[in-house]
Parts: sequence; structure tokens; C-alpha cells
Amino acid sequence: MKKEDIPQDKSALDNFTRELYYVKNKNNKYETGLSTGWDIKKEALDNAWDEVNLRIEDAKKAVKEGRKSPIYYFMELNLMTISILSGYTGFRKFSVKRHIKPNIFNKLSDKKLSIYASNFNISIDELKNYKG
Amino acid sequence: MLKDFNHIQTAHCENGITTSLLKYHGIDYMNEPLAFGIGSGLFYIHIPFMKLNNGPAIAFRTMPGAVFKRTCKSLGIDVKSKKFKDHKVAMDFLDFKLSEGIPVACQVGAFHLAYFPVEYRFHFNAHNIIVYGKDNDDYFISDPIMEKVTTLSAKELEKARFTQGIYAPKGHIYYPENVGNPDIKLLEKGIIKGIKRNVRDMLHIPGYIAGVRGIKYTSNQIRKWREKLGTRKASFYLGQIVRMQEEIGTGGGGFRYIYAAFLEQAANYLKEDKLVGISEDFTKAGDLWRSAAVQMAGIYKGRLGEQKDFEETADILLEISKTEKVAFNKLSKLKFNK
Repeated sequence: MKKEDIPQDKSALDNFTRELYYVKNKNNKYETGLSTGWDIKKEALDNAWDEVNLRIEDAKKAVKEGRKSPIYYFMELNLMTISILSGYTGFRKFSVKRHIKPNIFNKLSDKKLSIYASNFNISIDELKNYKG
Repeated sequence: MLKDFNHIQTAHCENGITTSLLKYHGIDYMNEPLAFGIGSGLFYIHIPFMKLNNGPAIAFRTMPGAVFKRTCKSLGIDVKSKKFKDHKVAMDFLDFKLSEGIPVACQVGAFHLAYFPVEYRFHFNAHNIIVYGKDNDDYFISDPIMEKVTTLSAKELEKARFTQGIYAPKGHIYYPENVGNPDIKLLEKGIIKGIKRNVRDMLHIPGYIAGVRGIKYTSNQIRKWREKLGTRKASFYLGQIVRMQEEIGTGGGGFRYIYAAFLEQAANYLKEDKLVGISEDFTKAGDLWRSAAVQMAGIYKGRLGEQKDFEETADILLEISKTEKVAFNKLSKLKFNK
């Protein structure tokens, strides 16, 4: 890529930083140049967030229909997976999977619920009362 | 504690850590392409059956930590590295190193990195920053991908050092020690070793999912995605490739331009003109990766979406695989008289 071809599109990097590219200068040698962003990858990032938001909507629906517990919704809302959530809470993956079932969730102690709530940055009440 | 620290912006964080910390200790010739090349940073792998953020698990560079370790080792520099269970012990150790006046690298997770734009806060744990000082509750941060230095509160930094998930940092802290004064001879040896190891990784790694064969594997997968996953999901998968390849940290073209810049410097150090031509091959590979990104964007923007559009994308990747194979074959045939 030539230096004059560095894209300067608007992106989420705005007010954060410009990014460094390695490009060819007029003498056909490498040097660095700065870019504010590239539409091609901005669209990829937007697309990734669309995918995240779809998953969150699906999770919301699953809670509403009583198929999953609120833990599932907040897990998706925080872009987490069973394995990441297991890492944060210290519960085994097997247990997290159980806690995602509504009937098991309803019997969870406040102590366990508070561990989830604090990792989701919400109160126990918000977790308990989330209806989708 | 307020320290003067010469902040250097680089494309990739780990290259930046290597460059900044070695320069800090007096190795003036160090720069990003050299660190990347000596550390054999160029790579490709597509791990089947594994998902990253619900998309394909693809990487364009070698495993986290390798560039720093290899580059230091090649130059005869010791690497100190520590992980922690206890958060307080991890923060105390950082404070102790800073009180000695030593800037150190910390591995952090993007999800809890307070100064990152919200759009970039995924569960990505292989980011690296330099902490070079502290004033009351604020830590001074040199994040190599940024134009300027920044700060994090103790609480924010602690959170970022203990994110969870794949590659969980566990408070990982690392820095070079006994840097000494590695001369140009050692540097030249390091360059040759870096090239040879990269040839091995890209051409001779066993299996079909890594190196130049890995690119071919992805090409074959792309031909199947539309049918197997549906256009929406297949588009999202292509978007994930583009992000891995072009996002901030790559220098553009899936790190291929940084590698081309390395070979250009290698030609000077080793007085080997053939390296200039091979550098051009990697520039071409980088350009091809960017064309592939433009084609993929046509699909995830919804402008394209037929099977033939996926086939055309796959064809570009096949051409890239061939281009890089030829380039690494040329590198493998070079005779160095050092």
C-alpha cells in the first residue's frame, strides 16, 4: 500500500487515537503513516455488534418465554460465554449451565446470586426480577 | 513517582512493548519491524471447531508473548515474567518495580480497559501495555497502539489485569533484565534466525490448518460457509476475518506490511539484495489481503451475497496462499554468509 492510499474514514477510533500503518513512500521505501479508520473494517465491527445484539435479543426472548434464567440474558449482555462467566464467578462450567435453567435459578441462594450480580454490575434485585 | 518515558507508537502492542522497553534500556537500533521479524511474528492459523466471539478462530500472527521472548533471547537479554493468583500481590509487585524506576509490561483484557472506546471492548485478553510510573492512585500508561500516553486508576488497572476467558492475563507482568549492549553482529544473527524460524512456521508446520496451507484451508471453508451457515452467519464470519486482519494492531494487510518492512531492513543489515525483492512479494500479499477484505465487505454490507461472491473471495485467498508460499520458498533458499 502507498502512503497516499492510507484510508482516512470516520470510525470508532475517533477521540481515541489514530492507528499506525506500514506503507510505501515516494521512493518505494517503507515508512509509517497514521489513519483515522477504514470503512471496510468499520462495517465489519458494526456487523459484529449487530450479531451481539441479535444474541442479546434472543436471550431476552428465551427468558421471557421461561426457557432460560436471567443469568443467560446478562451473560449475553456482557458478551460472555459459559466459560468466561465461569472464570469470573468461580463456579464450574457445569454449575453455570445448571444456573441457566429457570427452575434451578429460582432455588439459588442470595449468596450465589450476589456473585453473579456483582460480575454483571447489577443488584441482586435486578437479577432476580428480570423478566425479559 | 513520575518518570520520563519516551512513548513510541507502533502498530501492534507486543511489537511496541519490545521496541519501547529495549530502546529504554539503550538498544537504539530497535524498531517495530525488526522486533516483529526477529521474533518470527508472521503466521496464519485457522483452528477448526473452535469459536472466538462466536466466529471463526483465525490468527495472522504468532502466539501472544512469543515476539517479545524470542527477540530478547536472540539478543542475549533475560526475560522476567510473573503471574499471580492474588490481586493485591500483583499490584504490590507492580508498585515495587515502579519504585525501582523500572517500566514494565502488563498483559490486560480489552473488556475492562477503561480508556478503550466501547466499540472495542470485547473479551480479548492479549493486549499489552507499559506501566511506567505512578502518582497517588493513577498509573501512567504507555499503550503502544495509541498516539499519546494515558492513565488508569489503580482499580481500573487491577480489573484489566484480571479479566477472564481465553488467555486470561492472571496479572501477568514482564520486562527485560540484564539488557547489556548487544552488538550489530548479534542483531544480524537474530535477523537470520528470525527468518529461518518464520520459514519453518509458514511452510513446514505439520497439518493443514496453519502456515500457507492454513490460508488454503480457510479458502476452502469460505466456499462452504454460505450453504452451511446461511448468508447472514457466513457474512458475520467474513467480517471476523477482516477484523482479525485489519483492525488496529495489524499495521494493515494482516501484518504482511510490517513483515515486508522488516525484510527491507534485513536487506540492509545482511547486504542481501534478494531480500528487497522478497519484501515486495510480501507487500503484494498485504495488498491481496486488503483486496480480499474489500470483497468480503461487499458481502457483509449486503451488496453481494451469491455463492459466486463467496467463490471469488475464496479465490483471492488461494492466490494469497500461493504468493506467500513462493515468497517463503525464496527466503528458505537464501544462503547467508554470517
